Amino acid sequence: MGMTMAEKILARASGRTAVRPGEFVVGRPDFALLHDIFAAPVFDLLRECGVLAVWDRTRVAVVLDHLVPAPSVAAAEVHRRIRSHVRDYGIAHFFDAGQGICHQLVAERGLVAPGQLLLGTDSHTTTAGALGVGGTGIGTSEMAYVLATGELWLQVPPSIRVDLRGRLAPAVMWKDAVLALAGLLGADGAQYQALEFGGPAAAQVDLAGRLTIANMAVELGAKFGLFPADAVTLAHLRRCGVAAEPFAADSDAQYARTVVLELDDLVPQVAGPHAVDRVRPVHEVEDLPIDQAFIGSCTNGRIEDLRVAAQILAGRRVHPHTRLLIGPASQQVEQQAEREGLLATLLDAGAVLLPPGCGPCFGGHLGVLAPGERCLGAHNRNFAGRMGSPQAEIYLASPATVAASALYGRVTDPRRVVATAGART
Amino acid sequence: MIPSGTHSAPTDPATPRAIRGRAWCFGDDISTDLLAPGAYAVAPLQERARHVLEAVNPRFAAEVQPGDVVVAGRNFGCGSSREHAPEGLKALGVGCVVAEGFARIFLRNAVAIGLPVLPCPGVTAAVDDGDPVQVDLATGVVRNLRTGAVVHGVPLPPQMLAILEAGGIVALLRQRAPQAGAGWTTG
Repeated sequence: MGMTMAEKILARASGRTAVRPGEFVVGRPDFALLHDIFAAPVFDLLRECGVLAVWDRTRVAVVLDHLVPAPSVAAAEVHRRIRSHVRDYGIAHFFDAGQGICHQLVAERGLVAPGQLLLGTDSHTTTAGALGVGGTGIGTSEMAYVLATGELWLQVPPSIRVDLRGRLAPAVMWKDAVLALAGLLGADGAQYQALEFGGPAAAQVDLAGRLTIANMAVELGAKFGLFPADAVTLAHLRRCGVAAEPFAADSDAQYARTVVLELDDLVPQVAGPHAVDRVRPVHEVEDLPIDQAFIGSCTNGRIEDLRVAAQILAGRRVHPHTRLLIGPASQQVEQQAEREGLLATLLDAGAVLLPPGCGPCFGGHLGVLAPGERCLGAHNRNFAGRMGSPQAEIYLASPATVAASALYGRVTDPRRVVATAGART
Repeated sequence: MIPSGTHSAPTDPATPRAIRGRAWCFGDDISTDLLAPGAYAVAPLQERARHVLEAVNPRFAAEVQPGDVVVAGRNFGCGSSREHAPEGLKALGVGCVVAEGFARIFLRNAVAIGLPVLPCPGVTAAVDDGDPVQVDLATGVVRNLRTGAVVHGVPLPPQMLAILEAGGIVALLRQRAPQAGAGWTTG
């Protein structure tokens, strides 16, 4: 019997010819990803256990992305300790503060290849599923175990197949598609399961769109959010200098269920506050005033997102009652935006440019909210207390909706602003 | 090696199988941001623990007693992979979290640090805030000692229970250390 992508990944990682949902395996990851906040405790644990070398220093990346630049002495001290650990353990891939968000760096540097298993200390490690990689989040103790031993217990998840059909309308973005899916399945609708994307429209999704969708798989509880590695994936990896083979599920793979997402009917979506599955079409929340707008994060801080924002904001000004924060997902994105003139357009419109990193999405600094404030963001998480005060409200939307809303200081349907643009990320 | 399902329980398990305490009830979708707010991400554990669930119950961190049981709805621990979330509960002495359902990473992290957890559909209907409850991790039985009501949870698979009973995955790492891979010191 055939296997899903998740089953193939875990079979390969555990040295088995076949695995079935529910089975426990001991998997050997191809790559481990650590970010600040958690990297220091992981290495501290290793030292306490007497582990002086990681299992394979060439397969580990450490990224400072959450607290960048260091907003406090405590954060600076954490960064200092991480740099010291990275040197001592000889970690091959280290990205210091400001180079970008770990998930963006994994994708844009081609650190992993289709069919591989990636374990990361950030829950949004599912993002690598855009490349056909089994990326999933684990905690600090488990990462210490992985770095010491090169293995970890994993349970094989059942898979939900999501068939993408039709075509996105102008000003409707792939973010809207994944928000709609959250509404359809619920915030725990894919708990302990893998989401596998397919169907006739899957090949149309550009890499940026795949990264956005796979990124948010974890918001539905999923272990993985996987796209088949097709021509789009292989072309991207070739540009990164990585030779890879196509990777997909077997045609007779078994799925726990199949859901269909019709793109033809999709309109811009808004989620929240406080729950990602509290999703409504934009017109139901239109005119709700917003204090802060945010375009960035590992969900929507890519060049494609900044292009859409710049297109909407060109020659206009952000509403005086609203602040617009822009957070490029990496320095490479920021530099490309500079070359294309997007940064000038955004700054002319009154946007505030944040350093490449997680920015306000993480809630530690850079754009935290006061009680009673409302933020519309293109990021991935809108729990109470996520961005500062638990009495603040966070709504999620696409970069197009956020940019259009920043213009009017109110939730605004981007289709009113962009009549014909091909904004599809 | 990760313990297999047939692994026999240690004679002196770090985690007791029966837990008894006051129930602290919470709703669905208790996120890691509510359990461990990002603003305290690099604060010492003692300070982080003071803010556990403060946005939903400001009395919780100050009044919870060792052995008390957190009873919650669906998707408990959704969100971040931060181990701070179960760690804060453990630091406060919470004996067990019994929820209608858990978010995947929280469940792993709880087991990894030795915080007992029990998925138990129906528990929120059977237990009110303040009720004395008893939880048996091995059988999954949750007993409301005030009403006598019994709810049957789903005990963790043996593989996870074994890690929990060992006191967490780092305890396993320490046990493994003497067998020395290239990474371990031999002293």
